[in-house]
Amino acid sequence: MSARETAANILIVALLTAIPLAAIVLDEPFYLTLATRIVILALAATGLNIALGLGGLVSFGHAAFFGLGGYVAGILASHALNMEPLVFGLPATQSMPVIALVAIAVAALVALPIGAISLRTSGVYFIMITLAFAQMIYYFAVSWPAYGGEDGLPMALRNAFPLVNTAKPLPFFLVCLAVLAAALVLFRLIRGSRFGAALQVGRQNPTRLAAVGISPFGIRLAAFVISAMVAALAGVLFANLNRFASPSMLSWQMSGELIVLIVLGGKDRLLGPLAGAMLYVFFEYTLGGLTERWQFFLGLILLGVMLFARGGLLGILAGRTRHG
Amino acid sequence: MKRILAGGLLGLSLSAAAHAEPVKIGVITTLSGGGAGLGIDMRDAFALAIKQSGNKEIELVVEDDAQKPELAVQIADKMIQSDKVDLLTGIIWSNLAMAVVPNAVAQDVIYLSPNAGPSALAGAGCNANYFNVAYQNDNFHEAMGQYANQDYKKTFILAPNYPAGKDSLTGFKRYYKGELAGELYTQVGQTDYAAEIAQIRASGADSVFFFLPGGMGIAFMKQYAQSGVGIPVLGPGFSFSQDVLPAIGDAALGVKNSASWAKDIDNEANKAFVEAFVAEYKRLPSIYAAQSWDTANLILSALGKASVKDKEAFRAALKSADFKSVRGDFTFNTNNHPIQNIYVREVVKEGDTLTNKIIATAFEKHGDAYAEQCKM
Amino acid sequence: MQLPLLLEQLLNGLQLGVMLFLMAAGLTLIFGVMGLINLAHGSLYMIGAFACASVAAATGSFWIGLAASLAAAAAAGALLEMLVIRRLYARDHLDQVLATFALILILSEGTRWLFGSFPLYLDIPPLLQGAVPLPGGGQYQLYRLAIIGVGVLVAVGLYWLIARTRLGMRIRAGESDREMIGALGVDISSLYTIVFALGAALAGFAGALVGALQSVQVGMGEPVLILAFVVIVIGGIGSIKGALVGAILVGVVDTMGRFLLPQILALMLPAAQAGMAGAALASMLIYIVMALILALRPRGLFSAEA
Repeated sequence: MSARETAANILIVALLTAIPLAAIVLDEPFYLTLATRIVILALAATGLNIALGLGGLVSFGHAAFFGLGGYVAGILASHALNMEPLVFGLPATQSMPVIALVAIAVAALVALPIGAISLRTSGVYFIMITLAFAQMIYYFAVSWPAYGGEDGLPMALRNAFPLVNTAKPLPFFLVCLAVLAAALVLFRLIRGSRFGAALQVGRQNPTRLAAVGISPFGIRLAAFVISAMVAALAGVLFANLNRFASPSMLSWQMSGELIVLIVLGGKDRLLGPLAGAMLYVFFEYTLGGLTERWQFFLGLILLGVMLFARGGLLGILAGRTRHG
Repeated sequence: MKRILAGGLLGLSLSAAAHAEPVKIGVITTLSGGGAGLGIDMRDAFALAIKQSGNKEIELVVEDDAQKPELAVQIADKMIQSDKVDLLTGIIWSNLAMAVVPNAVAQDVIYLSPNAGPSALAGAGCNANYFNVAYQNDNFHEAMGQYANQDYKKTFILAPNYPAGKDSLTGFKRYYKGELAGELYTQVGQTDYAAEIAQIRASGADSVFFFLPGGMGIAFMKQYAQSGVGIPVLGPGFSFSQDVLPAIGDAALGVKNSASWAKDIDNEANKAFVEAFVAEYKRLPSIYAAQSWDTANLILSALGKASVKDKEAFRAALKSADFKSVRGDFTFNTNNHPIQNIYVREVVKEGDTLTNKIIATAFEKHGDAYAEQCKM
Repeated sequence: MQLPLLLEQLLNGLQLGVMLFLMAAGLTLIFGVMGLINLAHGSLYMIGAFACASVAAATGSFWIGLAASLAAAAAAGALLEMLVIRRLYARDHLDQVLATFALILILSEGTRWLFGSFPLYLDIPPLLQGAVPLPGGGQYQLYRLAIIGVGVLVAVGLYWLIARTRLGMRIRAGESDREMIGALGVDISSLYTIVFALGAALAGFAGALVGALQSVQVGMGEPVLILAFVVIVIGGIGSIKGALVGAILVGVVDTMGRFLLPQILALMLPAAQAGMAGAALASMLIYIVMALILALRPRGLFSAEA
């Protein structure tokens, strides 16, 4: 990492910590809600970035895992609240760590077959087959009446976290921040590991990988599944933030937004998804308050960044990387 | 400075106190995308009612939810935490209401619904802070089921495959006594109904009841008319409201539909509303505008009786529904949902303009099926 | 079940397929020649519908509206290509997805700005109203039959354009070897503009044709866009023939699924439940078919590159 990128990263982190401080000093608790949203979206995009940034796997269907996480949180909590056991008489729970583990496991179980089938394809076909799987899950959620269908699933309370009052904005923000930090550490560990190296070689030069006797399929599948697990974790937190899980978390627009976050912040960067989420939420919030035509201007800004600021926000701040 | 001034006024006259108090109302509605027409009618009518009241102390905070539940939740959080609004209103769609309302009312914010009325919020999920000024989702469909008994014995029914669609057909069947020629659930957002229309034609039905809101209804009605299937159509008023009638065109002529409002309901408030709306915006108001106008006037009436800061008193003032509704008689049920007449309207042409005319009253002083489950 | 109903549903599937083909042909051509994923293709469909509806309302003639839709979509396409799209050819798919995603936001809100928030009116022309009898006693709507006919004409026309004309030769050259067309002395940038405008015109044309059946409103292009992507991926990206086969497959499978699945499930479940489960399954069906096809043939049925 160049000195300039380090400086840029410090700036991003400083900005992120400034938001909760501002919230407390200015007595604007809503800033904390915004910061929490940024952190959760950054977490989902960091998850996607494991597949997309490291492995070059442009998944247009990660909303599926994000939404699955949300539904796991909503379904387990609503069963626990109504004292109804789950399938096979398993007990439901309100505990966030347990719910997170279940969400991660469910995401892995779903991502495994989806990844195995999708990875038979590449390029645009991969983009589109991941989209197709996400659409299947989306339509299933919309039309399955048990958990609200299109109306979504409201949660009466946030899930409980040991020793932390998640109903309060600041503790909940800190929980999300801790999870994001852990995910970023995971991302760095993967990037620096032999597995990560193989993944990146597989993206840039698959034949070289084959030459050393490694099959790209297994590595990519592992990256895809890990990436789905992180996205599901973000989904759990997002449903908790809104106290609501809905099919729109599974929609193709959501998948698109996750990609937008990464590209906006700067792909191939550790903090790219975080920078992208900050920028996106900032625009959405300020433009939405200024004009009802905010989507028009949001589009213009995104397009401008895309055309004239290659490498995203971190590209501007930290200069080009070797990949451009 | 403003606050000091208001305080001074408060001291001057007790009776004027309630009027002079600054009030902030958050309006979360859909102002972009395909459903924007409904939200714009809602916002315009609301703003006009407030403007006409002459109450300068009311501040509106309006934001676009883009018909996305997550965004609606974020805006609601912002309005509650940052703008510190006293009241929330504006949401058009049931799924957005389900995302926003339970959380908002749990934080002791009063929410008034100008349109959506999901059953989950009318029964066990009712709340003292939630007032529905529009209808319970089943109401219009129940009315059409009731009305269909007069003339029809074998109705084909269809709705989108989502909760409001299921509520719709359940509502219809609750009052319909005839036989069903078929029951069909279509895809949400579906735009081609050739396959469904072919089934209707082949079913031997004597009538068709459909609930397809927004663009789905426009597509269905156009294709149905073009197909030449002559079986009479029935539907809830949403698909024949003033915002979509021009897009359907003459295909809608003569269709019977149910609603709690039409522009020809004969009362002073309604005449004044239609006149004012047309004068201000140069278009006829839709039912969304009418419901929103009533919501604003209900708020204004309550502000005249109690301070919005005194939740208990303000809720009681709202509940008394002491305002002139454009729908005529309007009272709140035990679950804070309306008791009102539901009419049967027919689409007619006035000059070149398609609009609705009331031809019958399906229900008088009609409540909803969920009120009993509401423990409040 | 009666034969005429089945025949009518097959024609409905065919009509949906033909409409999807108009969208998919442009999409697949643009991808094949320029290597570009264009998410904003659905917006061009919307522009065509709005142009047709507003011109038809002003002149009273659907046909002038239809011509206007072709012109407006082609012009919008050419403009977009010159202003934005051509800067994206050298970028990777990721950047293209993002930039064209931004274009959707701009074009949707821009259209609403120009035309207002309420859906527009567009009806089928008097000439094509009414129905024709089908063998076996059924009848079928003339306009939808005409759409099928137009789709066949466009398919034949495209085949002729690509196989027989000078422009087609350049397009084929562009698909197989980009450097070669440069060597042939072809002005690549104007070729790209022409191909993009052609694809846009086809999308706008589809939008206008369908606008007479549906609601002309903002956002109408997005569901069609997703379906068109499914089509070109099933057919094999870059292949016009694949787009045609894929479109008809998707159209027929989707229509027949909606029609037959609830009836099949009704043999096992109570009516209301069968209706819901059938509808749920039907909405997932084409994606299941797509996943199956890609699992067996990762590059689609007729990949141009295979």
